[in-house]
Amino acid sequence: MTTMTLSAPASAPRLTLDRVGFSTAGQRLLGPLSLTLDGHRRTLIMGPNGAGKSLLMRLAHGLLSPTQGQLQWEGSAPRQAMVFQRPVLLRRSALANLEYALAVNHVPRRQRRQRAIAALERFGLESLAKRPARVLSGGEQQRLALARAWLLEPEVLFLDEPTSALDPAAIRAVESAIETFHQQGVRIVMSSHDMHQARRLADDVILLHRGRLVEQSPANLFFSRPVTQEASAFIAGELLD
Amino acid sequence: MTDSAFATALDLIVGLDPDLLAIVSLSLRISLTAVAIAAALALPLGAALALYRFPGRAPLIIALNALMGLPPVVAGLSVYLLLSRAGPLGSLGLLFTPTAMVVAQVILVLPILASLTRQKVEELHGEYAEQLASMGISRVRRIPTLLWDARLALITVMLAGFGRASAEVGAVMIVGGNIDGVTRVMTTAIVLETSKGNLPLALGLGIVLLALVGLINALAHLIGESTRRQLG
Repeated sequence: MTTMTLSAPASAPRLTLDRVGFSTAGQRLLGPLSLTLDGHRRTLIMGPNGAGKSLLMRLAHGLLSPTQGQLQWEGSAPRQAMVFQRPVLLRRSALANLEYALAVNHVPRRQRRQRAIAALERFGLESLAKRPARVLSGGEQQRLALARAWLLEPEVLFLDEPTSALDPAAIRAVESAIETFHQQGVRIVMSSHDMHQARRLADDVILLHRGRLVEQSPANLFFSRPVTQEASAFIAGELLD
Repeated sequence: MTDSAFATALDLIVGLDPDLLAIVSLSLRISLTAVAIAAALALPLGAALALYRFPGRAPLIIALNALMGLPPVVAGLSVYLLLSRAGPLGSLGLLFTPTAMVVAQVILVLPILASLTRQKVEELHGEYAEQLASMGISRVRRIPTLLWDARLALITVMLAGFGRASAEVGAVMIVGGNIDGVTRVMTTAIVLETSKGNLPLALGLGIVLLALVGLINALAHLIGESTRRQLG
């Protein structure tokens, strides 16, 4: 792997959610909740299915607008990328997928090939450059999605349960890729329902349950001294309903 | 009678009869040109219809769907009225020329291509929308992206359009006039030769036309299959 010369930005992006809620068809799916995301940290959003993890990430990333409350980046919104649970890759080769990301990001044509290949190498995909992206294995597809996100040079990376459909070896590769982003100073916001993954990766934990914010705390505190009953139960592996 | 007609028809085909070849080649030129022009208009139009929401969108989609079944004679009649001496475009002198036949076939094929393109692109966009939005890609920029990624489905769509263009007789008969050596195509020739009782040429043309349609369908099928295997 080559080292990247890009240095971490001086100030970390800061996102504030103020009583943010999301309802559809008269049903409240999330919130209202208030929280702040800042620092070059890795935040894991946890909770059972339907807790609102994906929704919270989509609101933070701007794919959805809250139906109530305010959501604001300090200063201008940072460059962002998102990696989805099921990677959405174009019906082209792995290399062409990356070149496409560069093209829509206004990178001059003659630089695209080289940068795309560098990204493939960084994520261990160089041997798959010419393969159609959609016949790659689940783990390879997710790494390709991460390589694409890498080329967008995000300051904040959102990941929506990126490993939930993968086997252990693929999970390890994806987690190591996330580590690569983190070391580069990229702010990580990731959802997961895997407690062990949270223990491995998280600096902070946000626990959601039924669309409510149950707990937000540094990971070591969350796991050793959870404040709420729900958090204790969740950590103990009980099923929240 | 029919047996010998069939044998003569095969002779005409195998012997590359110049009359037969001229008719087949004019048919192909007209229909391919019509499909190319219709595709140039209909693909972006269909993709835009899939991506943009605007007042009147639903009626437009319904109209396009309905026009997929437009009777060729009606299309021919409309173009005839436009291009006839007394018509608004009569001064162009296009009636009874291959150009008029191309225009009529474009009108027949365009709704098919636009409507099917909209369906295919809308389907694909359902899958891609979040990813493309996440990458900050504008709607205009999504049009070439989606058209390219739907390319194999769209080839099948264009083959369907070509099938319609090459097989119809009503429109080209009315606006082309079936003039020997000028606007005579396979379908109009078959009609004429049959009514004249010249069954061998009619049958020969019929066989060529059938083979062509069969080839197109085989191609569409093969392309569809290989896509599914290759691109997942």
